[in-house]
Amino acid sequence: MAGMAGRMSTVIKAKISKLLDKAEDPAETLDYSYQRQLESLQQVKKGIADVVTAKKRLGMQAQKLEQSVVKLDTQARQALAAGNEELARTALERKQFAQTELQGLDQQVAELQAQQEKLTDSEKRLRAKIEAFRTKKEVIKAQYSAAEAQVRISEAATGVGEEMADVGLAMQRAVDKTEQMQARASAVEELEAAGTFEDLTQLGSGQDDIDRQLAELGTGGVVDDELAKMKAELASGSSPPAKGELGPGEKQL
Amino acid sequence: MIARIMGEGQYRLSDAVRERVNAVDNAIVQAIDDDDEDAFHVAFEEMLELVRREGEPVGDDEVEASDVIVPPADTSFVEAAKEFTGDGLIPD
Repeated sequence: MAGMAGRMSTVIKAKISKLLDKAEDPAETLDYSYQRQLESLQQVKKGIADVVTAKKRLGMQAQKLEQSVVKLDTQARQALAAGNEELARTALERKQFAQTELQGLDQQVAELQAQQEKLTDSEKRLRAKIEAFRTKKEVIKAQYSAAEAQVRISEAATGVGEEMADVGLAMQRAVDKTEQMQARASAVEELEAAGTFEDLTQLGSGQDDIDRQLAELGTGGVVDDELAKMKAELASGSSPPAKGELGPGEKQL
Repeated sequence: MIARIMGEGQYRLSDAVRERVNAVDNAIVQAIDDDDEDAFHVAFEEMLELVRREGEPVGDDEVEASDVIVPPADTSFVEAAKEFTGDGLIPD
Protein backbone atom coordinates (compact mmCIF):
# COMPACT_ATOMS: atom_id res chain seq x y z
CA MET A 1 0.00 0.00 0.00
CA ALA A 2 3.01 2.24 -0.40
CA GLY A 3 2.22 5.70 -1.67
CA MET A 4 -1.33 5.61 -0.40
CA ALA A 5 -2.45 8.95 0.91
CA GLY A 6 -5.40 10.13 2.97
CA ARG A 7 -6.20 9.80 6.66
CA MET A 8 -8.38 6.72 6.17
CA SER A 9 -5.55 4.83 4.48
CA THR A 10 -3.17 5.75 7.28
CA VAL A 11 -5.61 4.49 9.91
CA ILE A 12 -6.13 1.23 8.03
CA LYS A 13 -2.39 0.69 7.52
CA ALA A 14 -1.77 1.20 11.23
CA LYS A 15 -4.47 -1.33 12.12
CA ILE A 16 -3.07 -3.94 9.76
CA SER A 17 0.52 -3.61 10.92
CA LYS A 18 -0.70 -3.97 14.50
CA LEU A 19 -2.39 -7.18 13.43
CA LEU A 20 0.76 -8.47 11.74
CA ASP A 21 3.00 -7.55 14.67
CA LYS A 22 1.04 -9.73 17.07
CA ALA A 23 2.83 -12.96 16.29
CA GLU A 24 6.41 -13.89 15.38
CA ASP A 25 5.84 -17.22 13.70
CA PRO A 26 4.24 -17.03 10.20
CA ALA A 27 1.83 -19.90 10.86
CA GLU A 28 0.80 -18.26 14.12
CA THR A 29 0.27 -14.92 12.36
CA LEU A 30 -2.00 -16.62 9.86
CA ASP A 31 -4.07 -18.34 12.50
CA TYR A 32 -4.24 -15.24 14.65
CA SER A 33 -5.46 -13.01 11.85
CA TYR A 34 -7.95 -15.67 10.76
CA GLN A 35 -9.27 -15.73 14.33
CA ARG A 36 -9.62 -11.96 14.31
CA GLN A 37 -11.49 -12.12 11.03
CA LEU A 38 -14.02 -14.56 12.44
CA GLU A 39 -14.50 -12.34 15.50
CA SER A 40 -15.03 -9.36 13.25
CA LEU A 41 -17.67 -11.30 11.32
CA GLN A 42 -19.48 -12.09 14.59
CA GLN A 43 -19.48 -8.40 15.47
CA VAL A 44 -21.03 -7.52 12.16
CA LYS A 45 -23.79 -10.07 12.72
CA LYS A 46 -24.47 -8.60 16.14
CA GLY A 47 -24.46 -5.12 14.63
CA ILE A 48 -27.10 -6.14 12.10
CA ALA A 49 -29.24 -7.61 14.87
CA ASP A 50 -28.99 -4.33 16.83
CA VAL A 51 -30.12 -2.32 13.83
CA VAL A 52 -33.09 -4.66 13.33
CA THR A 53 -34.09 -4.30 17.00
CA ALA A 54 -33.90 -0.50 16.86
CA LYS A 55 -35.95 -0.51 13.67
CA LYS A 56 -38.66 -2.67 15.26
CA ARG A 57 -38.86 -0.42 18.29
CA LEU A 58 -39.34 2.67 16.15
CA GLY A 59 -41.86 0.82 13.97
CA MET A 60 -43.96 -0.04 17.00
CA GLN A 61 -43.92 3.56 18.15
CA ALA A 62 -44.98 4.70 14.71
CA GLN A 63 -47.97 2.35 14.91
CA LYS A 64 -48.99 3.79 18.26
CA LEU A 65 -48.71 7.31 16.94
CA GLU A 66 -50.85 6.42 13.92
CA GLN A 67 -53.53 5.24 16.32
CA SER A 68 -53.23 8.47 18.28
CA VAL A 69 -53.66 10.54 15.12
CA VAL A 70 -56.90 8.73 14.28
CA LYS A 71 -58.16 8.98 17.85
CA LEU A 72 -57.39 12.69 18.20
CA ASP A 73 -59.01 13.44 14.85
CA THR A 74 -62.18 11.67 15.95
CA GLN A 75 -62.19 13.53 19.23
CA ALA A 76 -61.76 16.86 17.52
CA ARG A 77 -64.83 16.14 15.36
CA GLN A 78 -66.85 15.00 18.35
CA ALA A 79 -65.85 18.06 20.34
CA LEU A 80 -66.74 20.37 17.49
CA ALA A 81 -70.09 18.65 16.95
CA ALA A 82 -70.79 19.18 20.65
CA GLY A 83 -69.91 22.85 20.31
CA ASN A 84 -66.68 22.69 22.33
CA GLU A 85 -64.29 24.46 19.99
CA GLU A 86 -61.60 24.86 22.60
CA LEU A 87 -61.33 21.12 23.14
CA ALA A 88 -61.42 20.51 19.39
CA ARG A 89 -58.51 22.90 18.97
CA THR A 90 -56.54 21.14 21.67
CA ALA A 91 -57.15 17.77 20.03
CA LEU A 92 -56.02 19.12 16.66
CA GLU A 93 -52.88 20.64 18.15
CA ARG A 94 -52.00 17.26 19.58
CA LYS A 95 -52.85 15.52 16.35
CA GLN A 96 -50.58 17.91 14.47
CA PHE A 97 -47.77 17.22 16.90
CA ALA A 98 -48.27 13.45 16.68
CA GLN A 99 -48.16 13.68 12.88
CA THR A 100 -44.88 15.59 12.94
CA GLU A 101 -43.37 12.98 15.24
CA LEU A 102 -44.71 10.24 13.01
CA GLN A 103 -43.04 11.69 9.92
CA GLY A 104 -39.74 11.85 11.78
CA LEU A 105 -40.08 8.22 12.87
CA ASP A 106 -40.97 6.99 9.37
CA GLN A 107 -37.91 8.70 7.94
CA GLN A 108 -35.66 7.18 10.58
CA VAL A 109 -37.04 3.70 10.06
CA ALA A 110 -36.15 4.12 6.38
CA GLU A 111 -32.61 5.25 7.29
CA LEU A 112 -32.13 2.24 9.54
CA GLN A 113 -33.38 -0.01 6.76
CA ALA A 114 -30.67 1.42 4.48
CA GLN A 115 -28.03 0.84 7.18
CA GLN A 116 -29.20 -2.73 7.61
CA GLU A 117 -28.91 -3.42 3.88
CA LYS A 118 -25.41 -1.91 3.72
CA LEU A 119 -24.22 -3.98 6.67
CA THR A 120 -25.73 -7.14 5.21
CA ASP A 121 -23.81 -6.54 1.97
CA SER A 122 -20.61 -5.89 3.92
CA GLU A 123 -21.10 -9.05 5.93
CA LYS A 124 -21.50 -11.10 2.76
CA ARG A 125 -18.35 -9.60 1.25
CA LEU A 126 -16.31 -10.08 4.39
CA ARG A 127 -17.47 -13.68 4.68
CA ALA A 128 -16.27 -14.38 1.12
CA LYS A 129 -12.90 -12.70 1.76
CA ILE A 130 -12.38 -14.68 4.96
CA GLU A 131 -13.10 -17.89 3.11
CA ALA A 132 -10.58 -16.91 0.43
CA PHE A 133 -8.06 -16.07 3.15
CA ARG A 134 -8.60 -19.43 4.83
CA THR A 135 -7.76 -21.25 1.60
CA LYS A 136 -4.75 -19.04 0.97
CA LYS A 137 -3.55 -19.56 4.54
CA GLU A 138 -3.39 -23.32 4.12
CA VAL A 139 -1.54 -22.98 0.80
CA ILE A 140 1.00 -20.62 2.34
CA LYS A 141 1.58 -22.91 5.33
CA ALA A 142 2.08 -25.94 3.09
CA GLN A 143 4.16 -24.50 0.27
CA TYR A 144 6.41 -21.68 1.38
CA SER A 145 9.53 -21.38 3.48
CA ALA A 146 9.33 -19.06 6.44
CA ALA A 147 10.96 -16.12 4.64
CA GLU A 148 8.77 -16.38 1.57
CA ALA A 149 5.69 -17.01 3.68
CA GLN A 150 6.20 -13.72 5.53
CA VAL A 151 5.69 -11.73 2.33
CA ARG A 152 2.65 -13.73 1.22
CA ILE A 153 1.13 -13.49 4.69
CA SER A 154 1.64 -9.77 4.73
CA GLU A 155 -0.12 -9.45 1.36
CA ALA A 156 -3.06 -11.65 2.29
CA ALA A 157 -3.50 -10.15 5.74
CA THR A 158 -3.35 -6.64 4.31
CA GLY A 159 -6.10 -7.44 1.82
CA VAL A 160 -8.43 -8.99 4.33
CA GLY A 161 -7.46 -6.51 7.05
CA GLU A 162 -8.63 -3.74 4.77
CA GLU A 163 -11.98 -5.50 4.37
CA MET A 164 -12.26 -5.73 8.15
CA ALA A 165 -11.48 -2.04 8.52
CA ASP A 166 -14.09 -1.27 5.87
CA VAL A 167 -16.76 -3.29 7.68
CA GLY A 168 -15.62 -1.72 10.95
CA LEU A 169 -16.36 1.75 9.62
CA ALA A 170 -19.75 0.67 8.25
CA MET A 171 -20.51 -0.77 11.69
CA GLN A 172 -19.46 2.42 13.44
CA ARG A 173 -21.76 4.45 11.23
CA ALA A 174 -24.64 2.05 11.85
CA VAL A 175 -24.04 2.16 15.62
CA ASP A 176 -24.00 5.98 15.60
CA LYS A 177 -27.24 6.06 13.63
CA THR A 178 -28.88 3.48 15.87
CA GLU A 179 -27.89 5.41 19.00
CA GLN A 180 -29.39 8.61 17.59
CA MET A 181 -32.60 6.75 16.79
CA GLN A 182 -32.72 5.20 20.23
CA ALA A 183 -32.41 8.63 21.80
CA ARG A 184 -35.33 9.71 19.63
CA ALA A 185 -37.35 6.62 20.55
CA SER A 186 -36.80 7.40 24.23
CA ALA A 187 -37.90 10.98 23.69
CA VAL A 188 -41.15 9.83 22.05
CA GLU A 189 -41.70 7.34 24.87
CA GLU A 190 -41.34 10.16 27.38
CA LEU A 191 -43.94 12.19 25.52
CA GLU A 192 -46.25 9.20 25.58
CA ALA A 193 -45.65 8.66 29.28
CA ALA A 194 -46.47 12.33 29.89
CA GLY A 195 -49.84 11.73 28.23
CA THR A 196 -49.17 13.91 25.19
CA PHE A 197 -51.09 11.60 22.86
CA GLU A 198 -53.62 10.41 25.44
CA ASP A 199 -57.37 10.41 25.32
CA LEU A 200 -58.18 14.09 25.78
CA THR A 201 -61.48 13.53 27.51
CA GLN A 202 -59.59 11.91 30.37
CA LEU A 203 -57.89 15.22 31.08
CA GLY A 204 -61.03 17.05 32.17
CA SER A 205 -60.98 20.52 30.68
CA GLY A 206 -58.24 19.51 28.26
CA GLN A 207 -55.99 22.31 29.45
CA ASP A 208 -52.71 21.41 31.07
CA ASP A 209 -49.00 21.98 30.72
CA ILE A 210 -48.72 19.90 27.57
CA ASP A 211 -51.37 21.94 25.82
CA ARG A 212 -49.74 25.21 26.70
CA GLN A 213 -46.46 23.88 25.32
CA LEU A 214 -48.11 22.60 22.16
CA ALA A 215 -49.84 25.93 21.60
CA GLU A 216 -46.41 27.58 21.82
CA LEU A 217 -44.97 25.23 19.19
CA GLY A 218 -46.63 27.37 16.54
CA THR A 219 -48.82 24.72 14.98
CA GLY A 220 -51.58 27.33 15.20
CA GLY A 221 -51.82 28.13 11.49
CA VAL A 222 -52.22 24.51 10.47
CA VAL A 223 -54.62 23.89 13.33
CA ASP A 224 -56.74 26.94 12.41
CA ASP A 225 -57.00 25.69 8.84
CA GLU A 226 -57.99 22.23 9.88
CA LEU A 227 -60.50 23.55 12.39
CA ALA A 228 -62.08 25.74 9.73
CA LYS A 229 -62.26 22.79 7.36
CA MET A 230 -63.89 20.61 9.99
CA LYS A 231 -66.44 23.34 10.75
CA ALA A 232 -67.29 23.65 7.08
CA GLU A 233 -67.76 19.89 6.81
CA LEU A 234 -70.03 19.88 9.84
CA ALA A 235 -72.05 22.80 8.49
CA SER A 236 -72.58 21.15 5.11
CA GLY A 237 -73.39 17.85 6.79
CA SER A 238 -70.68 16.07 4.81
CA SER A 239 -68.69 15.10 7.87
CA PRO A 240 -67.24 11.62 7.49
CA PRO A 241 -68.51 9.19 10.11
CA ALA A 242 -66.41 8.96 13.26
CA LYS A 243 -63.79 6.26 12.91
CA GLY A 244 -63.78 5.08 16.53
CA GLU A 245 -66.16 4.36 19.34
CA LEU A 246 -67.10 7.32 21.48
CA GLY A 247 -64.71 7.58 24.41
CA PRO A 248 -65.86 6.98 27.96
CA GLY A 249 -65.53 10.68 28.69
CA GLU A 250 -67.80 11.68 25.83
CA LYS A 251 -70.59 12.76 28.17
CA GLN A 252 -68.36 15.50 29.53
CA LEU A 253 -68.35 17.26 26.17
CA MET B 1 -4.39 0.10 -9.61
CA ILE B 2 -7.04 -1.02 -7.11
CA ALA B 3 -9.35 1.50 -5.47
CA ARG B 4 -11.66 0.75 -2.57
CA ILE B 5 -14.78 2.76 -1.96
CA MET B 6 -15.43 2.29 1.74
CA GLY B 7 -18.68 0.41 2.26
CA GLU B 8 -18.92 -0.63 -1.39
CA GLY B 9 -15.91 -2.76 -2.29
CA GLN B 10 -12.85 -2.73 -4.54
CA TYR B 11 -12.42 -1.82 -8.22
CA ARG B 12 -9.52 -2.29 -10.66
CA LEU B 13 -8.75 0.91 -12.54
CA SER B 14 -6.78 1.21 -15.77
CA ASP B 15 -3.99 3.81 -15.97
CA ALA B 16 -6.23 6.05 -18.08
CA VAL B 17 -9.00 5.93 -15.49
CA ARG B 18 -6.47 6.47 -12.72
CA GLU B 19 -5.46 9.73 -14.39
CA ARG B 20 -9.07 10.87 -14.59
CA VAL B 21 -9.68 9.97 -10.95
CA ASN B 22 -6.51 11.84 -10.01
CA ALA B 23 -7.77 14.98 -11.80
CA VAL B 24 -11.06 14.81 -9.87
CA ASP B 25 -9.09 14.10 -6.69
CA ASN B 26 -7.22 17.38 -7.16
CA ALA B 27 -10.48 19.21 -7.88
CA ILE B 28 -11.84 17.93 -4.54
CA VAL B 29 -8.78 19.18 -2.67
CA GLN B 30 -9.25 22.55 -4.39
CA ALA B 31 -12.96 22.67 -3.43
CA ILE B 32 -12.05 21.99 0.19
CA ASP B 33 -9.31 24.65 0.13
CA ASP B 34 -11.88 27.08 -1.28
CA ASP B 35 -14.38 26.04 1.41
CA ASP B 36 -16.81 25.39 -1.45
CA GLU B 37 -19.18 22.69 -0.20
CA ASP B 38 -21.28 22.52 -3.37
CA ALA B 39 -18.22 22.06 -5.58
CA PHE B 40 -17.00 19.35 -3.21
CA HIS B 41 -20.24 17.35 -3.49
CA VAL B 42 -20.26 17.61 -7.28
CA ALA B 43 -16.62 16.51 -7.59
CA PHE B 44 -16.86 13.76 -4.97
CA GLU B 45 -19.94 12.31 -6.66
CA GLU B 46 -18.00 12.39 -9.94
CA MET B 47 -15.12 10.48 -8.36
CA LEU B 48 -17.45 7.79 -6.99
CA GLU B 49 -19.25 7.45 -10.32
CA LEU B 50 -15.98 7.25 -12.23
CA VAL B 51 -14.68 4.44 -10.05
CA ARG B 52 -17.99 2.53 -10.06
CA ARG B 53 -18.59 2.93 -13.80
CA GLU B 54 -15.08 2.64 -15.24
CA GLY B 55 -13.62 0.27 -12.69
CA GLU B 56 -13.85 -3.49 -12.83
CA PRO B 57 -15.14 -4.96 -9.54
CA VAL B 58 -12.60 -7.12 -7.70
CA GLY B 59 -14.07 -10.56 -7.02
CA ASP B 60 -15.17 -11.43 -3.49
CA ASP B 61 -12.83 -14.43 -3.59
CA GLU B 62 -9.77 -12.27 -4.30
CA VAL B 63 -7.80 -10.99 -1.34
CA GLU B 64 -5.98 -7.87 -2.57
CA ALA B 65 -4.73 -4.71 -0.91
CA SER B 66 -5.94 -1.39 -2.35
CA ASP B 67 -3.77 1.41 -3.69
CA VAL B 68 -6.38 4.03 -2.93
CA ILE B 69 -9.08 4.18 -0.28
CA VAL B 70 -12.02 6.39 -1.19
CA PRO B 71 -14.12 7.45 1.83
CA PRO B 72 -17.79 6.34 1.94
CA ALA B 73 -20.40 7.94 -0.31
CA ASP B 74 -22.14 9.65 2.62
CA THR B 75 -18.95 11.47 3.66
CA SER B 76 -19.77 14.97 4.86
CA PHE B 77 -17.88 18.12 3.84
CA VAL B 78 -16.39 18.35 7.34
CA GLU B 79 -15.22 14.71 7.27
CA ALA B 80 -13.82 15.12 3.76
CA ALA B 81 -11.65 18.02 4.88
CA LYS B 82 -9.62 15.50 6.91
CA GLU B 83 -9.26 13.12 3.94
CA PHE B 84 -8.51 15.29 0.97
CA THR B 85 -5.40 17.20 1.98
CA GLY B 86 -2.18 17.90 0.09
CA ASP B 87 -2.17 15.79 -3.05
CA GLY B 88 -5.52 14.22 -2.18
CA LEU B 89 -5.99 10.45 -2.21
CA ILE B 90 -3.67 9.84 -5.17
CA PRO B 91 -0.15 11.30 -4.89
CA ASP B 92 0.60 13.45 -7.97
